[in-house]
Amino acid sequence: MSNLSSQAAAQYNNNFLKEVEAMVEEGNWVKMCMQCGVCSGSCPTNFQAGWDHPPQEIFMMIRAGKREEVLNSQSMWMCTSCYNCIVRCPRKLPITHIMHGLANYAHRLGLAPKNQPTRHFAKLFWNNCIQTGRVNELKLSLGLYFKDGFKQGIINGLAMKDVALGLLKAKRLNPFELFKAHGCKDQKGIHAMLKKAHEIEERRKAIKTA
Amino acid sequence: MTEVVATNETILVVGGGISGMTAALEAAETGKNVVLVEKNPAIGGRTSQLYRYFPKLCHPICGLEINLRRLKSNPRIRLLTMAEVTGITGAKGDYTATIRITPRYVNANCTACGDCAKAVGAEIPNPFNYGLNKMKAAYLPNKMAYPMRFVLDKSIIGTPDADKAKAACKYNAIDLDMQEETVQIKAGAVVWATGWQPYDANKIQPYGYDRFKNVITSVEFERLADPHGPTSGKILRPSDGKEAKNVAFIQCAGSRDENHLRHCSRICCMASLKQTNYVEERYGNEGKSTIYYIDIRAIDRFEDFYAKVQANPNVSFIKSKVAKVTQDDASGDVILHGVNTEGYHRYATPHDLCVLAVGMEPSVKGANIPAEILADSSGFIEADPANGAFFGAGCASNALDVNRSVQSATAAALRAIQVVNRVAKAEV
Repeated sequence: MSNLSSQAAAQYNNNFLKEVEAMVEEGNWVKMCMQCGVCSGSCPTNFQAGWDHPPQEIFMMIRAGKREEVLNSQSMWMCTSCYNCIVRCPRKLPITHIMHGLANYAHRLGLAPKNQPTRHFAKLFWNNCIQTGRVNELKLSLGLYFKDGFKQGIINGLAMKDVALGLLKAKRLNPFELFKAHGCKDQKGIHAMLKKAHEIEERRKAIKTA
Repeated sequence: MTEVVATNETILVVGGGISGMTAALEAAETGKNVVLVEKNPAIGGRTSQLYRYFPKLCHPICGLEINLRRLKSNPRIRLLTMAEVTGITGAKGDYTATIRITPRYVNANCTACGDCAKAVGAEIPNPFNYGLNKMKAAYLPNKMAYPMRFVLDKSIIGTPDADKAKAACKYNAIDLDMQEETVQIKAGAVVWATGWQPYDANKIQPYGYDRFKNVITSVEFERLADPHGPTSGKILRPSDGKEAKNVAFIQCAGSRDENHLRHCSRICCMASLKQTNYVEERYGNEGKSTIYYIDIRAIDRFEDFYAKVQANPNVSFIKSKVAKVTQDDASGDVILHGVNTEGYHRYATPHDLCVLAVGMEPSVKGANIPAEILADSSGFIEADPANGAFFGAGCASNALDVNRSVQSATAAALRAIQVVNRVAKAEV
């Protein structure tokens, strides 16, 4: 995977801004940032644990060529998509979209932080929902509980047992879903659609790297 | 008064602020006939509402007085106040303008003695102080108004107050039967010097101008500092009249912002740097100013001024566009929130008073200009041949300070003179 990363870097002559502009969704906006800081000041999650760099610092780091620091960063994974920054940005940068674009790019290159909870959840959610075209909530929550090992999983599960029993009573949770999940009507159609979308995305990326 | 003799060798100047006055005077002093049209009851415009100019920190009254003296002694300028241009037809060298004159209800007999104001009971917001205080509905527009003549607000016409004012006048100067008039005048060229307006701060929602009394605009702050202003020059905050000794200035309030004004308004950085002097002037070392900025643009040759303010220990600079303003309800203090981009430190700092350095919006933007005029994306009039003999001057053409407005107005006067000279030659 790191091989893929160094290939991508080499292609842009180690100019990280150019790389971001070409490869990251909405990355061509990064150069427009004038470092006023209104995005950081407006961010509700900024300066919480794990938020190492506010958006305008990330943009400056991109321009300064700090490739590893940016792509390894937790910051863009912390974005909650509240859109406060987009609303207030005086240059109308789509900051939320750039954050997600960067996260996605880091993921593709295998540089995203390994045990990042948002990333873990996103992967779990996606792999879960593409199987039957429906999210299997039981499997999804169990997957989250056991993220940090079997023992921690049991502890997490017990902590939530009252909620689970309540859901069971209200018939909002079916334990047999663990063995046979109910899917959507046209599973073949969903799979064909996802395959097509995957092909289109691969083609688009291929053109960009060509 | 309103009989105006004008030919197509006349220059029409719209707007009687510093730019319009300059354009009119420069043209008239070369021997051209000028009609100067002003919407307000007195000329002088926004310049007359300033407490001091940068960079020399002298009072605008001084420069205005010189211009007024030139104006009074020049028979070639015809001044129409309370008048608005409602339509212009024709082409370069041969325009006909329609001007609507609203009644002042006070004639030339007025000596500005003020007896009518004493007799009248009704009060209206004072536009000269941006509505920060009230005044009698029979009023002198400002201390050095020209023409030096009272005005009866139309809200009291037909009420007993109007009759009281008429009875109180010893000079038979009040004429309650005055009617609105419409006149047409010819002109060879038009100088459009309609100036600017402070950007509507209510639109900058996160700063709470509409919600918090202690968030004011920079133009209002000028009035607070002026001895003729609503607080007699004491800098007192609007909510409780407490002395504002800890003042925050937010730069680019509306300017350089795709959501508000696209352009840099140029004057606001210098204006805030200047206004830190007002705070210190009133409160000495107790008067603290904090400027929140993206970058300081001390235009032209004003870098020295900036350096001097920077060296002042009573003024601090925080490189940050403020994200939002909140209010501490108990104390009435305003709290500024954001991130200092030098080191990425988050702050939530209380201040007595918050001054928004609001941007400059051309008055012509969105206004009903009675002619086709080419303007740029911010609404400033372009110097374009398609505009015929319409010339923008001062802040109608760009975001300018007083000094540059005067230069721009002189340039516009010269262009207008060239047009009427050509008209004159063609007729010989």
